[in-house]
Amino acid sequence: MRDVASERDVDSRSTVNERVVTLDVNGRTYTLRLDTRVTLLDALRDRLGLVGTKKGCDQGACGACTVHLDGRRVLSCLTLAAQAEGREITTIEGLTGADGPHPVQRAFMEHDGFQCGFCTPGQIMSAVALMAEGRAGSDEEIREYMSGNICRCGAYPNIVAAIRAVASGGGHDAHL
Amino acid sequence: MRTFDYVRATDTQEAVRLLADDPAASCLAGGTTQLDLMKDGILEPPRLIDITRLPLHGIERRGESLHVGALATMEELAAEPIVAERLPVVRESLLLGASVQLRNMATIGGNLLQRTRCRYFRDPGVAECNKRSPGSGCAAVMGAARMHAVLGVSERCIALHASDLAVALVSLDALVHIQGPTQRRTVPLTEFYITAAESPEHENVLDHAELITEVEIPLPPPTARSGYLKVRDRVSYEFALTSAAVLLVIDGGTIRQARVGLGGVGSKPWRAYEAEHVLTGAPVTTATFLDAAEATMRDAWTVPGTEFKVPLARRTLVRELQTVAGVTS
Repeated sequence: MRDVASERDVDSRSTVNERVVTLDVNGRTYTLRLDTRVTLLDALRDRLGLVGTKKGCDQGACGACTVHLDGRRVLSCLTLAAQAEGREITTIEGLTGADGPHPVQRAFMEHDGFQCGFCTPGQIMSAVALMAEGRAGSDEEIREYMSGNICRCGAYPNIVAAIRAVASGGGHDAHL
Repeated sequence: MRTFDYVRATDTQEAVRLLADDPAASCLAGGTTQLDLMKDGILEPPRLIDITRLPLHGIERRGESLHVGALATMEELAAEPIVAERLPVVRESLLLGASVQLRNMATIGGNLLQRTRCRYFRDPGVAECNKRSPGSGCAAVMGAARMHAVLGVSERCIALHASDLAVALVSLDALVHIQGPTQRRTVPLTEFYITAAESPEHENVLDHAELITEVEIPLPPPTARSGYLKVRDRVSYEFALTSAAVLLVIDGGTIRQARVGLGGVGSKPWRAYEAEHVLTGAPVTTATFLDAAEATMRDAWTVPGTEFKVPLARRTLVRELQTVAGVTS
């Protein structure tokens, strides 16, 4: 067991506060004993091994840690694991169905919507939510409502193209 | 991050009682400011009271007022049909703020209580901060101050209140409903904030054991037009350099009612009464708008990094008055 928070900080308060937290992730239920400081992001990565969700800035600025909470996209780095209890959590690992990758995942591959790939899971989680929100009507709209996901490689034109392709029914599989 | 005790409050009275019992405890709602500042070591509450499960999520129209639960999210409020129909200035201020992810987390009550983005306040390695350590000085006054305030400031503190929503809400005379341990009270948002010039360390009139339960927005007349213009360094997902919230009721080429809020300039969300005074009863012309803008910002206190905000704020206001009024020249 590794808890990033408890390893990193030497704390003058002697007691580490722990709490048993039950998380519903991608349709599975996990019960964990967690330091109260553990974010949803760290719980997913360090305790559940779901490392698809990325830790970029860890301060709510980059969007790499985007997951869905009850179907809405949120930042797992600024959500305590305890706050996510009782909520339906979906990560990038939960997007892939029995018939393979999600249409948005396929579109990102087809349109080369990434270079290094670090921001990609967050981009894809955001893009899937964007379409559910009905905000993929134009390139301008896609850019505005994807602005919470930063790509340092600058793959933005291809990201927009991938999302547009799925939203407009293009590509191999447009069914969401 | 320092360790803390996590408690989940189940009703509002319990949350207030938990706060009253522990003078160092903090509330946790959307977490977008609270957890960020705890990670930075700026806030170190020994106890966090998670209030996200309190029944304060509803958004309801009652007569000519919109009652917004303190825990409604920014995205939820922006999606309300009545907001699009009667409160475009509120909708635009919401959708121009943060990102969708943050707006799905951030609550309306938390938005009003958000802490300043001043980089010196947020850096525990900076010793001089009158907001964190009263009497220690202000590093921002001599520092990189591009994102700082020019109204309601002094050499003791130039921290900006960065909320867009609050600028729209002060212009609409929104009311803040507050629950305390023994009583409820209602405070106009225009009287809710305390400027950095008055007191860097106190930002509003909320007592420690008080909770915002609801924000009440009086609906403007159906004939009112409104909008929010935000000027910033990049086109999306950025704080305002300057912004303007404008609401006008126009009748036969004359401005019958005017409400103006200015963002990016104040240590509190700024209501520009002097602009409203110029606008009310005046003809709907760019000349009027220029006069109104000239009347604002006269009390600006600038440092070299913030001087540009005085003319920029005036031009921002003129542009948004033109847009809302449909006057281009």
